[in-house]
Amino acid sequence: MSTTEIDRQWTTRLRKRVEGKLPPEKLLPDTQPAYVASWIYVFGVATLSSLILVIATGTLLAIRGPIWWHQSSIGHFVNSLHLWSVEIFFFSMIIHLWGKFFMGAWRGGRQLTWMTGVVTFVVSIVTGLTGYVSQTNFDSQWISTQAKDGINATGGGAFFNVLNFGQMLMWHIVLLPIAAVILTALHVLMVRVKGVVPPYEDEKKVAQ
Amino acid sequence: MNWLGSIINLDGYGHYLHWHFILVSVANLIVVGLMVITFVAALFLPFPGKGRRKENR
Ligand code: HEM
Repeated sequence: MSTTEIDRQWTTRLRKRVEGKLPPEKLLPDTQPAYVASWIYVFGVATLSSLILVIATGTLLAIRGPIWWHQSSIGHFVNSLHLWSVEIFFFSMIIHLWGKFFMGAWRGGRQLTWMTGVVTFVVSIVTGLTGYVSQTNFDSQWISTQAKDGINATGGGAFFNVLNFGQMLMWHIVLLPIAAVILTALHVLMVRVKGVVPPYEDEKKVAQ
Repeated sequence: MNWLGSIINLDGYGHYLHWHFILVSVANLIVVGLMVITFVAALFLPFPGKGRRKENR
């Protein structure tokens, strides 16, 4: 194969593009700009850490099943870890969102970082709802019978039926977690590609 | 967590605040308040090791 032929291969082109956009020193940098030394930057990683806990405890719940999480004390414990990791996940995600909103962190071509965040937020809310209706207790019965009226009022109930336990469980433990993890990976990669957004007052200096 | 149950009775009905179309449970309002406090604290509390950090700008 000639060099021009090699250059035209899609594998070569893909590798060069990835290398250009995300060299290793950008993917895992040694230092960060001075303004990153603030607690507000910790909440993205806090969200990420709690997401990892949510997935790990959810995996344990899936392995052992509902009888275990309702009837054994270790099952109750893992169930509680799952719930409280979700609480911390939403808590830190919302503080993260407020921080990025007031920093205007979508500036300088970071729209995709912001928008993947927005979509992850929406996906997380639906994951929360399907989780509540997958508990297999009176709480989940109550929530699903209330939610069906709201969703039917939008017409969505025809294909997203909160009274269909099998459908809700599979959305909760398969489809939505996969979506959330992929979106989060893209989100964090976008942050690494673009670098951390400079504060408003430094924007002009950076642009020069 | 039994000690917490003895301070706050978690067995009864939930408590709600209601103004016109705004309806919020006291529990949710407490969580929102904690988020606001944490947000403000994150902005103003000093970050450890700030002075020693190397800059790459
Ligand atoms: C699963 C949920 C999320 C995870 C795990 C996550 C994680 C992160 C991490 C680790 C960072 C870099 C560190 C930092 O600046 O805090 C970051 C940056 C960012 N996040 Fe999120 N995030 C999530 C949701 C959101 C949401 C809901 C929004 C807003 C709608 C958002 C907007 C942003 C923006 C704009 C940046 C870039 C900041 C910059 O370039 O300086 N994120 N995120």
